[in-house]
Amino acid sequence: MAGVETSPYVSDEVRQTTCYMCACRCGINVHLRDGKVRYIEGNRDHPVNRGVLCAKGSAGIMQHYSPARLTTPLMRTGERGEGKFRPISWDEALDVAASWLREVRHSDPRKLAFFTGRDQSQSLTGWWAQQFGTPNFAAHGGFCSVNMATAGIYTFGGAFWEFGSPDWERTELFLLFGVAEDHDSNPIKLGLAHLKERGVKVVGVNPVRTGYNAVADEWVGITPGTDGLFVASLIHELLRAGKVDTDYLLRYTNAAWLVIDNIGATDHGLIARDDNGTPLVLDRGSSTARPSDAPDVRPALKGRVDLGDGRSATPVFELLARTYLDPRYAPAATAEETGVSAAQTERIARDIAEAAFERTVVVEQPWTDLKGERHERMVGRPVSVHAMRGISAHSNGFQTCRLLHLLQILIGSIDVPGGYRFKPPYPRPIAGQPRPHGKESHADAPLSGPHLGFPRGPEDLLLEDDGVTPIRIDKGFSWDAPLSAHGLMHMVIANAHAHDPYGLDVLFMYMANMAWNSSMNTGGVMEMLTDRDDSGAYRIPKIIYSDAYASEMVAYADLILPDTTYLERHDAISLLDRPISEPDAMCDALRWPVCEPDREVRGFQSVLLDLGARLGLPGMVDDAGEPLYRDYADYIVNHQRKPGIGPLAGWRGPDGADTGRGEPNPDQLDRYRENGGFFMDHVPEEARYFKHANAAWADWATARGLQDGPVENVFQLYLEPLRRFQLAAEGHLDLAPPQHLKAQIRDHFTPLPIWYPPFEGARLDTVDYPLHAITQRPAAMYHSWGSQNAWLRQIHGTNPLFVPAEVCDAAGLEDGDWAFVISSHGRIRVPVQRMHAVNGKTLWTWNAIGKRAGAWSLSPEAPEARRGFLLNHLINELLPPRGDGRRWSNSDPITGQAAWFDLRVRIEKAPPADHAEPRFTPLASPVEKPPRNVVYGSEWT
Amino acid sequence: MTALPALTEAKLGLVIDLDTCVGCHACVVSCKEWNTGGYGAPLGDRDAYGDTPEGAWLNRIHSYEISPENGPAEIVHFPKSCLHCDDAPCVTVCPTGASYKRSEDGIVLVDEDRCIGCGLCAWACPYGAREMDPVEKVMKKCTLCVDRIYNDNIPEEDRVPACVRTCPANARHFGDLADPESDVSQLVAARGGMDLMPALGTKPVNKYLPPRRKADRDSGTPHADRLPDAPGGFLGWLDATLDRLG
Repeated sequence: MAGVETSPYVSDEVRQTTCYMCACRCGINVHLRDGKVRYIEGNRDHPVNRGVLCAKGSAGIMQHYSPARLTTPLMRTGERGEGKFRPISWDEALDVAASWLREVRHSDPRKLAFFTGRDQSQSLTGWWAQQFGTPNFAAHGGFCSVNMATAGIYTFGGAFWEFGSPDWERTELFLLFGVAEDHDSNPIKLGLAHLKERGVKVVGVNPVRTGYNAVADEWVGITPGTDGLFVASLIHELLRAGKVDTDYLLRYTNAAWLVIDNIGATDHGLIARDDNGTPLVLDRGSSTARPSDAPDVRPALKGRVDLGDGRSATPVFELLARTYLDPRYAPAATAEETGVSAAQTERIARDIAEAAFERTVVVEQPWTDLKGERHERMVGRPVSVHAMRGISAHSNGFQTCRLLHLLQILIGSIDVPGGYRFKPPYPRPIAGQPRPHGKESHADAPLSGPHLGFPRGPEDLLLEDDGVTPIRIDKGFSWDAPLSAHGLMHMVIANAHAHDPYGLDVLFMYMANMAWNSSMNTGGVMEMLTDRDDSGAYRIPKIIYSDAYASEMVAYADLILPDTTYLERHDAISLLDRPISEPDAMCDALRWPVCEPDREVRGFQSVLLDLGARLGLPGMVDDAGEPLYRDYADYIVNHQRKPGIGPLAGWRGPDGADTGRGEPNPDQLDRYRENGGFFMDHVPEEARYFKHANAAWADWATARGLQDGPVENVFQLYLEPLRRFQLAAEGHLDLAPPQHLKAQIRDHFTPLPIWYPPFEGARLDTVDYPLHAITQRPAAMYHSWGSQNAWLRQIHGTNPLFVPAEVCDAAGLEDGDWAFVISSHGRIRVPVQRMHAVNGKTLWTWNAIGKRAGAWSLSPEAPEARRGFLLNHLINELLPPRGDGRRWSNSDPITGQAAWFDLRVRIEKAPPADHAEPRFTPLASPVEKPPRNVVYGSEWT
Repeated sequence: MTALPALTEAKLGLVIDLDTCVGCHACVVSCKEWNTGGYGAPLGDRDAYGDTPEGAWLNRIHSYEISPENGPAEIVHFPKSCLHCDDAPCVTVCPTGASYKRSEDGIVLVDEDRCIGCGLCAWACPYGAREMDPVEKVMKKCTLCVDRIYNDNIPEEDRVPACVRTCPANARHFGDLADPESDVSQLVAARGGMDLMPALGTKPVNKYLPPRRKADRDSGTPHADRLPDAPGGFLGWLDATLDRLG
């Protein structure tokens, strides 16, 4: 028998950096041998993944060596959409880009729209756009999960994923809603494994029972868009049984604040306040309205008090109780709409009550609250929740997310043992958040502050002097989408094409596949990008695009700035941006070039700083006009957003001894590399829970520059800013929405969250479109990026439409058949697969598997292009026309979040076919033909 | 024909937890990336960017839908690789001795120098756990990462199969199933670990832990689980509660 070498040589060196195969940002050990990547594994010490790594992460080799990598800057030679380019030098590319941008900045900075997609450097890209002076910047949050982030920040100063997580160690019940499996991916799997070990019940709420829902103990196969109604029924049940934590509500929420009852007046529905602005409560001792911070006040949660002047007021909590105790929200009354039986809703409400109130968790750790009261121990209600895009990507998503947070707060489970836990730098309530900026856009001048913020009322909107016309190209922070804290990337191209509110000169995008899977109405967007005006010029005159790969969007740009792969670049996974902290530690991380590029590519962030210096943008050049930063790495070390605060929090100060606050340290990146690519600083024991009210937390976070001082954080069961918008819609304020938006704002901006049917279904005859259609993210593929990956495409190379068995039977469909799926906007032809473990009214498929022929260096007849398909062709960025001539965005009316999952369809059997429709002309590939076979690692075997 | 050892000193193998496997394919790809640069020929991918991509994999996940009579449909994710059987029919069928089972630890391997690519072993394996490499034309199978588990060049804690090292759901466990005191044997005993298709008599070393019964099966009568109404109605309850708080 031949001897087996059981101890072979493995690698020359291990370099520890940060993964970018999805948005999770795990720590990875990259093993290098002979200058090549031998293999990639998870970093055991890393706070995000603790050693494990998902399928995408392990497939990083194929991403890094992909034949679809762009190799040089490109200038378009053919027509837009053909994919014909000539290679140009970086000098020429940067000269052209700078000349285009300089002209815009000098004439009208608004005519630049700079939007980034799967950007992990928004702290830089946003600052760059601010220094440029255009109001038109955002990343992809508007078409992703802005409802979740915004509802959470307004309600309690946190949200899920980067903002907070379940207390996996102590929770006794876990509810998982509509999760995208590339968001917080490994931490959720690690957490589920932990819950399984502990025998904790997991409830999955999702129309589709794949992935995490497959291992859940109980599955709620909910009808898309009705999660808010289901949660409202849970709240109804808990209220009916008195299963709410009144002590918690009195201490940490606005449950006792008085709401003014003064119908028809300008203050009706606002919070009653004293002359100092302090909210008033009904004091049970004196039966009078007194300031909520009066030392001996005993607030009531119900009752009525006369405020004088004919006004009276009632505590928030009584209004809340009356709202959700309404029989409309009884489980039996919501069952038909949600598809969840009353028995199941009632059972889950009982489980929540039982875990919260009969299995209380105690941590024997004294702590002191911000009012100075000492608590001997930390007591928690051990029910935890995680939710993501599934409940968020609807036109009722903001209020649905609010309802979910109300549930968490009513049982007292925010930042308590066993409940939801904030991750540093969160909590960051509205009091500590900026307002939006962009009103004062002037030639050759920066904006006065960051674009994205949190309006407190109509006065914070970004409107022209007429009080109506949006300032931003995406109509963010306008009456169309007042709280659009992440912008509306899905509306940029459509609005620019329609010159509504105005046309653009330069569209500048990064890592966003808008000519394919990142757009609604994909075919329409391709036409908008190629459409010309009467003079024969493109309606969107100049398009600059940066991507690492030959994506569909490359073909629609004029100038391509090729980015590096994730193993060739610097990035700061920054606390100023989208942090990777854990509840017990503030964390950030470095991505650095573990491999040197072998092509004419440059990290986009370095290119952006180069362009900024060429344009002389403030903060990017010194007094002599010379570049301040050599490249992005230099910026990461030396840039200070505020004195002492920079992109990375670890090893600051000249000798690296400072944390959070400190002068730049020239050796900072070396310290990160020595530490495995990340920094972690643990929260002291007494600051680990009740961070919204914890004095030790406030001191610790302030010392580290996470906040400037203690921030008041009263959880907002009743959201007064929404009431201000309603008052404007009712005509009570100087500012008023245009007539056509008044009803929309009045009906949906309720300060206590309500459920309303998603817009698309409400506007259509659902007899014609009886079914829902949604996508799910496969755990082994990230957006479009995975398709050129030789390994991942063998796992997900096609995407059948999964059809509930009863729908198959009604339509005469069998496995392998083809079907037409028809929405009010379009029709696609797709292959069908029968399925049982799915909501009976819901069709679904995997997201972003379908590819345009010719893109991504795949064969034009690759299964991704032949049988793969997008649902995007069925979804319009506009709602079905109302006959009023207006362009109604297919978005949440509060935040502008793209309502991807509102889609309504019908299905019909199609004749046998061999390819999906629609089909488009194959793109010319800007890269060389790929090799036929891959035999990776042959030199080592 | 090739002989099996009468007894192996150890029975190294995997215990796979079907209750926690979410079907994420982490193990599948980690296996591929370690092994394509490790034991034997690389794991080739034919037509890698073309119309019919086909690669060699040592571990794959199959997903099955089941429809119980007393509850909603369920999905089970089922990772499958070589089970390193005690009575491995893939070994006894091998005409050249290329397929063999190690007497020291029970790992079933292919000596690729002796493999003539006849494919008999893949035909004999009832689990479909062997794959002919479409590029290299040699038989590939799980080696239990024999080039990791004893490897002095990697840290001791990493000397486990790549699939076990990476599994984010902690659904894969590695150890000696001949030792009743080992963690994996204890896990099998505690959770009712099962052989795959035991009637075939292959005596697989790998074990599968079955999914636990779902809570939404047999979910009871409509109102049995309902919370009782608060005494005095909700607002009455609220008054009493606030009085208690003082």
